[in-house]
Amino acid sequence: MPSLLILIPLFGIILLNLPIRKISMRMAFWFAVFVFFAQILIAIFHYPVFWAQDARFIHFFHVGLAVDYLGVIMLLCIGIVSLASLLVGRYTIFDEKERFRFINLLMIAGIGMNGVVMVRDIFSMYVFLEVMAVATFVLIAFNKDIESLEGSFKYIVLSAVATVLMLTAIALFLFISAGTTFSAIRDGLAQYGKSRVIIFAVGLFICGIFIKGGFVPFHGWLPDAYTSAPSSISVLLAGIVAKVAGVYTLLRLVASVFGFDGRVKTVLLIIGALSVIIGALAALRQKNMKRMLAYSSISQMGYIVLGLGAGSGLGIVGAIFHIFNHAIFKSLLFVNAAAVERQVGTNNMNKMGGISSRMPVTGVTSLIGMLSTCGLPPFAGFWSKLIIVVALWQSADYVYAAIAVLASVITLAYFLSMQRRVFFGELAKGMDDLKEANFGISLSAIVLAFITTGVGILFPAVFTKLILPAKDIFIR
Amino acid sequence: MDINLVLLILMMISTLWTVMCRSLIKATIGLAVTSAILTAIMFRLNSALAAVFELSVCTGLITVVFVSTISLTKPLTHKEIEELSKARHKRFGYLPIVIALAAAAIYFLKIPNDFSDSSSMAIRSQGIPEDVCIVLWNFRKLDLFAQIMLIIAGSLGVATLFEERKIDEW
Repeated sequence: MPSLLILIPLFGIILLNLPIRKISMRMAFWFAVFVFFAQILIAIFHYPVFWAQDARFIHFFHVGLAVDYLGVIMLLCIGIVSLASLLVGRYTIFDEKERFRFINLLMIAGIGMNGVVMVRDIFSMYVFLEVMAVATFVLIAFNKDIESLEGSFKYIVLSAVATVLMLTAIALFLFISAGTTFSAIRDGLAQYGKSRVIIFAVGLFICGIFIKGGFVPFHGWLPDAYTSAPSSISVLLAGIVAKVAGVYTLLRLVASVFGFDGRVKTVLLIIGALSVIIGALAALRQKNMKRMLAYSSISQMGYIVLGLGAGSGLGIVGAIFHIFNHAIFKSLLFVNAAAVERQVGTNNMNKMGGISSRMPVTGVTSLIGMLSTCGLPPFAGFWSKLIIVVALWQSADYVYAAIAVLASVITLAYFLSMQRRVFFGELAKGMDDLKEANFGISLSAIVLAFITTGVGILFPAVFTKLILPAKDIFIR
Repeated sequence: MDINLVLLILMMISTLWTVMCRSLIKATIGLAVTSAILTAIMFRLNSALAAVFELSVCTGLITVVFVSTISLTKPLTHKEIEELSKARHKRFGYLPIVIALAAAAIYFLKIPNDFSDSSSMAIRSQGIPEDVCIVLWNFRKLDLFAQIMLIIAGSLGVATLFEERKIDEW
């Protein structure tokens, strides 16, 4: 039945695009709310009936999908972030027709992400990555101005390079495996894993994933895409798209298919450390709020790779927990950026000041997002960063543990700078009439802030029930 | 005359037309026709799976993308068309002669050109049924759904990104 998470939105999109536009335009938003909300509920409550594969009434559409604990966490993140993006889009895209197309494309991106998370076949994973990517290309260019087209074009070009690398790797895997399923490739690698051609193929595939995820030094497309996209799309991109395309695929394939050895560990630790440090240092220099958050995303994604690079069950758990936390608090910060951009009309932090006094909801929730990103207790980000640092220390990667701690200090520095320039201090000139953002954006921010605070406070329960079981995906 | 030979000759003609044609729209149509004939050849060579993908992607989707893009470009003036036409004929004028010579060489030197047996053997050896419907539905059903979504995403992309520009330009 996991296939329903793909089939319901797919048939819904087809029905919505039948020539009954007036009704469809009104229905689209609520249909999307239903789809994403149902996904969140199913993921939270782990309905065993739903995840069972042999439901008779949809046997016709049985497509061999599977969901484990890691999948459940990812589906939950996809549902929450997509819903937040939908709400922001509803209140920031004013033209009804444009909004209708945005909702359709958002649902297609959601289907692509769900597919990537649930497939157990490397070629199908590639196909769903492309579904997600095509929808995202259009969404980034949604404003149709020169910056958004440039951002989208950069993403298309680098994504095409990643595609070629992945397809070449899949073709090479077919030399040693009976098919393209994860298990077939794993069996093939167990037998011929020492072949130079196959090591090259694994390297190619991982490079493709690094490009899709926007890790340093493959991050060229990411800041432009995040900055130039409409705010609602930035929420989606930073919150979940890069995580599914880059981090999840890396985690799934390294932990469950390619296996983990010394070479993989070294590559992951180096890429993770580079992303953490360079992302944080680049964020320090930015004056555009969304661009700063984009570099911050690169840095936080580096933490996830460092956790994976630790190579232990604890590291994997920390990485998975940080995926969830980062999806929530980075979405929150981009929702705040959307509110500020909509009300103030710019993203230039040097032209702002004292906004918190006029936009208290945005101010307080951004503070919560910032504290969680910096890894301060009791917020969720603190726990996941702590687990990653402890895992690195336990695996005797002391230098990388020190880098992780040091980067947290840099993170605190650039976020304090942002808070001072944007939210605190004297109110900037011409902002006397500034008002809080509308209901939809504020609601998204409040819910996301509530989640990041709640997960931090209820850490033992969330960790034991939701995150810890996911460590079983790891093979050596 | 053998049907394979007819198809190959037709494909050569449409390929030549695609390359030498001065109008981009006509060249795109030529490319689609070439892909359609190639699909027929693939079917005759028992490569049904490859044929279906050739038909759906190259003949269908790529043609739509090309036509959409070309519709956004500025039309050429008569003078520019004439200059372009001359340059194109000068550049590719030798192509029909080369192809005719190659065809004559294949015919007179009796180079074997029937590979249908070996291709079907390759498919059977992997244990995959030859019926394309069975192959697609039983083995790659999920990819089919993804293909549908890609086409919808592409269409929405064209509608979203090109609509406003079209009104301004025309």
